[in-house]
Order: sequence, then C-alpha cells, then structure tokens
Amino acid sequence: MFNILWLQSGGCGGCSISLLNAESPDVMTCLKSADINLLWHPSLSEASMDEFVQLLDNILTDKIVIDALCLEGSVMQGPNGTGRFHMLAGTGKPMMTWLSELAEKANYTLAIGSCAAFGGITAAGNNPGEACGLQYDGKVEGGLLGKQWLSSTGFPVINVAGCPTHPDWVTNVLMQLASGELQHADLDELNRPRAYTDHLVHHGCARNEYYEYKASAETLGDIGCMMEHKGCLGTQARADCNIRPWNGAGSCLGGGYPCINCTAPEFEQTQLSFTETPKIAGIPVGLPTDMPKAWFVALASLSKAATPQRLRDNAIATKIVNPPGTKKEHE
Amino acid sequence: MTRKLYGPFNRVEGDLEVEVEITNGKVSKAWVNSPLYRGFEQIMQGKSPLDALVYTPRICGICSVSQSIASAHALADAQGIEAEANGQLASNIILACENLADHLTHFYLFFMPDFAREVYQQQPWYQQVKSRFQAQVGTAATLMLKARAEFIHITGILAGKWPHSLSIQPGGTTTTASASDKVKLLAILMSFRQFLETQLFADRLENVSQIDSEDALNTWVEQHPQSDFSLFLKLANTLELHKLGVIKPQFMSNGAYGFDDGFLFPRGISSGHKKGITPLDSQLIREDLSHSWMLAQNQPAHPFQGITLPDPEQTEGYSWCKAPRYDGQVMEVGALARQIIAQHPLLVDLVAKNQSNVTTRIVARLLELARVLPEMESWCRQLKPNDPFCRQAEVPSSAEGQGLVEAARGSLGHWIQIEKGKISNYQIIAPTTWNFSPRDMNNNAGALEQALLDTSVGEAGNQAVAIQHIVRSFDPCMVCTVH
Repeated sequence: MFNILWLQSGGCGGCSISLLNAESPDVMTCLKSADINLLWHPSLSEASMDEFVQLLDNILTDKIVIDALCLEGSVMQGPNGTGRFHMLAGTGKPMMTWLSELAEKANYTLAIGSCAAFGGITAAGNNPGEACGLQYDGKVEGGLLGKQWLSSTGFPVINVAGCPTHPDWVTNVLMQLASGELQHADLDELNRPRAYTDHLVHHGCARNEYYEYKASAETLGDIGCMMEHKGCLGTQARADCNIRPWNGAGSCLGGGYPCINCTAPEFEQTQLSFTETPKIAGIPVGLPTDMPKAWFVALASLSKAATPQRLRDNAIATKIVNPPGTKKEHE
Repeated sequence: MTRKLYGPFNRVEGDLEVEVEITNGKVSKAWVNSPLYRGFEQIMQGKSPLDALVYTPRICGICSVSQSIASAHALADAQGIEAEANGQLASNIILACENLADHLTHFYLFFMPDFAREVYQQQPWYQQVKSRFQAQVGTAATLMLKARAEFIHITGILAGKWPHSLSIQPGGTTTTASASDKVKLLAILMSFRQFLETQLFADRLENVSQIDSEDALNTWVEQHPQSDFSLFLKLANTLELHKLGVIKPQFMSNGAYGFDDGFLFPRGISSGHKKGITPLDSQLIREDLSHSWMLAQNQPAHPFQGITLPDPEQTEGYSWCKAPRYDGQVMEVGALARQIIAQHPLLVDLVAKNQSNVTTRIVARLLELARVLPEMESWCRQLKPNDPFCRQAEVPSSAEGQGLVEAARGSLGHWIQIEKGKISNYQIIAPTTWNFSPRDMNNNAGALEQALLDTSVGEAGNQAVAIQHIVRSFDPCMVCTVH
C-alpha cells in the first residue's frame, strides 16, 4: 500500500480535473494496479471537515505514514509573507505552514502542475498573491522548502509541471514511485519526469511539414506553422503533447493555437503576447534552443525558397485547400 | 448558543469554510468564508487584451471553458463583432460538454457519496447506495469516469484539450470541424447518451425532459426503479431533502447557449417580489465589499467601476469573496435558476411547492443532462464544414466590453476595459460568488448563508452531514468564487 495525500492551494483544481480524464484505464484502475491508496484527495474522498483535520494531525504525530504528498496549486505566501491568502479552512493555520510540516513527513513530495512546481499562472503579472512553487520561485531555486531540501528518501520535490498536467504524466510517476522504480536519473534538470520532458512539443506536431518549409500561419486558426508569427514555443517546450494525445486525439497545436510552453517556469510571463512572436529584424527571437542561429536563418531562407505551392496555399487557410497529389509517371 | 467552524469541505472545487451559530440544535446564523485569494483581476492589469484568453480559463479547472467564453464575449463586445455561425455552434458544443461533464461529476463524485456514510446505515436504501456510490470504491465511479472521459473527447476534437483551451476566440473558434469530425462527434454523443439512458435514467432522454410535474416525477420513479436518478429521488424522499437548504426563489440567468437568434435557456430574472420572468439589466449588478477583505468602496459598484484590491485588515470582513447583488437583491444562480427562468414545468411545480431546496437543485442539474444532450446532437448536425469558423478583427486601443455566460454552476460575467491597447481593468463575477457571497451593507446574508438557517445539527453541531448536503447541493466552485 502506497499512501498519497493530495492537497490543493493557490491554483485552479485543473490538474485534478485533468487527472479524472485518464483513460485506458481510468484513474481509479491505474491507482489500484499499483496498490496506491488515496488517503485523501479533494475531489474523491469521503472524509470532510473534522475527519480530515484529524487525518492531518495523525500524519504530523506519526500515527499515519504518507508515502507521497502531492500539492496542486502554488504556495500562497502573501500578503507580506503571512500566508493569509490561503488559510486552510477550519484550521486557522496558513496552508503554507501545513505544507512545510507535512513535507517533512512524506517519503516523496510532488508538485502537481506548474503552479505547485514554479508558481505558474498564479504568479503572473506582479504576483499579487506572492505565489511560489514548493522548491522553485519561477526559475529560481528555493520556493517554500528551499534549494537544499530533500525528502526522507533523498529526492527533491518532483515537479510534474504542466498547465494543466496530462493525466498520464501524473499517474505514471505515481505508479513508478509506488513500485520503487523511479530513479534520480529519471528527473530532468528542473526535477520534472523525463518520461515526458525528454520530448519537445514539436515532436509529432502535425504542422511539421509547414515548419520544415517555413510555411507560416498568419492568423490564428490557419493550419501553417505558428512559430514565425503566432508565438508558438513548441520547438523549445519540453513535453510529449503531440505524441501522447489529450482527450482522445487533441493537443494545443491540434486545436489551432500555439504552444505556450506551460511546462516551463515563468511561462506565464510573456514579452508581447502569447499569440505573437517577438522578433528582432524580422527573425523570431525564440529559436530552437540547441540550433545555431546562423544555421537556422540560412536553412530557413533556403527552405522558404523551396516551399511547395501546396504548403504556401494551405498554411494560410483554415483547412486543406490544396491537397497532396499523386505524381504522374511522365513527370 | 454555540459557535462551530466547519471546514475544509472537499468534493467542492477549492477550499471552503463555514461558521455557524447554533441555537437549540439548529443553525441560527451562518457566515460563509472563501479562504483563498489569488488575484486574477490584479494579474490582468496591463496585459495584452487577447491574453485574457490564456489567463482567464486558468481561474478554474472545472469551469475553464465558461471562463474562456465569457472572456471571448467581453472581447467581442469591445471589438463590436459577432462570432461566425460555425464558431457559435462549436463554442456551444464545447461549453455544453463542460457543463454536462460537470453536472455528471457533481452527482456521481461530489454529491452522492455523502449518502454512503455510516450515519445512514439504518436506511432501507443504504446497502444499494453504498455499493454504488461510496467514495473511491463505489461501482458507479469507474463507469462514470469512463463515460465522462470519452464524452470529453469532444474537446479533443473541437478545443484541442480540456481544461484550458485557447480555441475559443471572440470571432468563433480556431478549430474547424470537417465532415468526418461531424460524424465522429455524433458517435461520441451517442455513446454518452447510452450511458445516461442506461445508468442515470434507465429511460430515453426525451422522456425524462417531458416529466412535467411532481406527480409525473413520482410516477416516473415507480416505472424506472433501476436508475441512479430514481435512487436519488427515493433517498431524497425518505430524508426529506426538499426541506433542507430552503431559500425563497430569487433566480438569475445570463442565458445559456446563445446564438444570433437567442438562447436555448433564456436570460432573465425570476424574483419573489415581481411576478413572472423579467428581463435582466446588467447595469443593475453591483458588487458590495462591506463584509469582504477588500479595500472598501463607499458604495457598491458596477464591475466597470469595480476595484479588486485585497485588504485583510477590514474589520467587518470575513471572506475574500465580494457580495454581488442584482438591484440590491440576493440571487441564486445555477441549473435550477436556468430551468425556472426557462419555465420548465417540472421545476416550476417543485419550486411552487417547496421553494428552492436541496432536491430541486439536484433535479434541475440532472434534467439539464437530459435536455441539453439532444441539443448538442442538433448543433453538431448544423456545423457547415465548408464555412468559416472564426471572424478576425482588430482589438481597439480603447474600448470596453461585457461577456455574460452560463457556466454549469450559473451566471458568470466578465467586464474588460482597454486603454492604450492594454487591459486597464478586468472584473469577474462567478456563479458561486453569487451563491456563496458574504453579507452586504444592509446585512442581507448570501444565498448559502440563508439556506443553512434552521438546519438541525444537534447542540454541539456534530451532525454536520446535513450541512454538507446543503453546501454541495449548490455544486460550489470556490476557485471561481474568489479568483
């Protein structure tokens, strides 16, 4: 039995709602398969009010052992570091205090979603709530628990980042932890599971042919590549969204809008707008991370010159207007 | 007289605290506190107007599409445009998908598990309810989660993903639907219809929609004893849930599923002191901050004059939630409000007999599942794959706009003001802001605060399960309430 305590703070609850979208199999069956016991989850458990506060007390007094503490939503430190922006109901105690205490009791601590990992959307703008992540404040290590913090099993906070998280990202890491198979090497430099961050959103994107020829969408909804004009960060964003479908067969790119790199710290801060590509001298500033800029520019101008008419036509349309043909034999 | 603090509630979205005063074993006063403040209205200041479409859905993971649509409508109003016909159809299909999935989640995962509690083990229906609905182990959850997840494939096709899509735009949707998408959508709807018609209702949706009175409902229950709906009605009857969480009917709806030629469920007000349904005039909406931890304004303000600045030192404050009022009146919003304003004969009859209560709120939600799914089928058939889905327009450098929509939990409004091409003010009133508001300057309690009065909880307040039924009957969304 692997006990999970799941708490929510400064977020939208969307990662839990996304978790309920798990399929083949459903979330309950996934957890059952790994002998995971949801000791408490805000959407799924019977215990409420006094029963729940008693459970927290039992954990703090070592009467109940938790294997994993999952936090969804950012840590609310405001106003002025008091944590009053989220007092856990019925307890008169700031949620951030509960979290510090409970993290010491958990064998593993997980940040579910970019809010809990880095601050996320709740930390946008001037960050009125003083929101931060469990072990990061945006890109800066630290957060609530501090840079050096490790759980009793020697793991830092495992950052299952995303806005929201894909249900598989969450169920897979929990099942790996429950079976004792998750290793340090399975986490990336931001302590996110490499199971999905070894990929780029670009991988498997249905718009790849448009990218190859720099046949670009001009307005939102066009089927061309959205990197040049529409702010798409898929070539930099670390996630498998176009390999592992969302809600059956979806993805942001498939839905006709750009990747906003929601698995990354500080994705919530934009230079211009989420759907507009910042450029210098007409060249997008956010080029693929590991490609020399000069090569990119050279290849882009070469491929633009070679763009088939079919792609030029389709890139600025909302559906295929010029389908691929069969090459005639005499050509 | 004693005081008791209840919280945290789970199986609601977000965190909730309720304080009650108990006199002779009954609730004599209640104070509802929304204990989490994030500050979206502050976050949006100075942002590019269209970026509201990225931020606002993330107010709430369960009402994400409603937030997108309210924002898109506010922007469209500022731009002076109407969405393309296809875009309206696609947006309404996506919204209906979210709303119906939410109704289903509420019934199966949030509300019914409370009746599997040990406190009810002497009830004749207990074993049946426990085996079907007990939290985490009941047989219904797995069946329902599969049906729900497959139903939400609609968003995979039309919105990219759910929650938090950027497909909904002021002029329509970034997605289009091909002829092959249309038939796929209809197949998904058929699959969901089968779940509803075998598990929830054990009857055709059209037959459920036609139940037109309390007597007809009682007859229907006898004829369809195997359905989850009947099981609820049976236990509601023995526990007299119609006497729980009672408030006088004061309903508001922004109008649900809007098209150029009107709404599926109309916009309006149904208020105790005026007969019939009256038009909704959004100019009469005010937010009262007298009992909120918010920097006070002298008078309640319309959202276009509204300011959201937290101030935990407000001595009269007891919640981060503001108190929205319509023409000075407390309003209840949600499925029941929509169905009363749409004058559905079953709910009109139930409310005429027993006002607004726990049973009527649940019945209204389940009735919407039966009424809306056939409309979704019709909207899918009306999609025209060869016509455009999205109208493009510039955002003016100076403008203001209002976006009103019905989320699963009721009336949601966004008000945007744009100056020098940036958002200068953005105010949001969410459904549970209406239902779970604190008192106003005239000391009028919010809808839940009224609904809790006279509830028997025992002298020490320990028989709190009734409180939980009342709270959950509103299907509260606390992350929307204060955002």
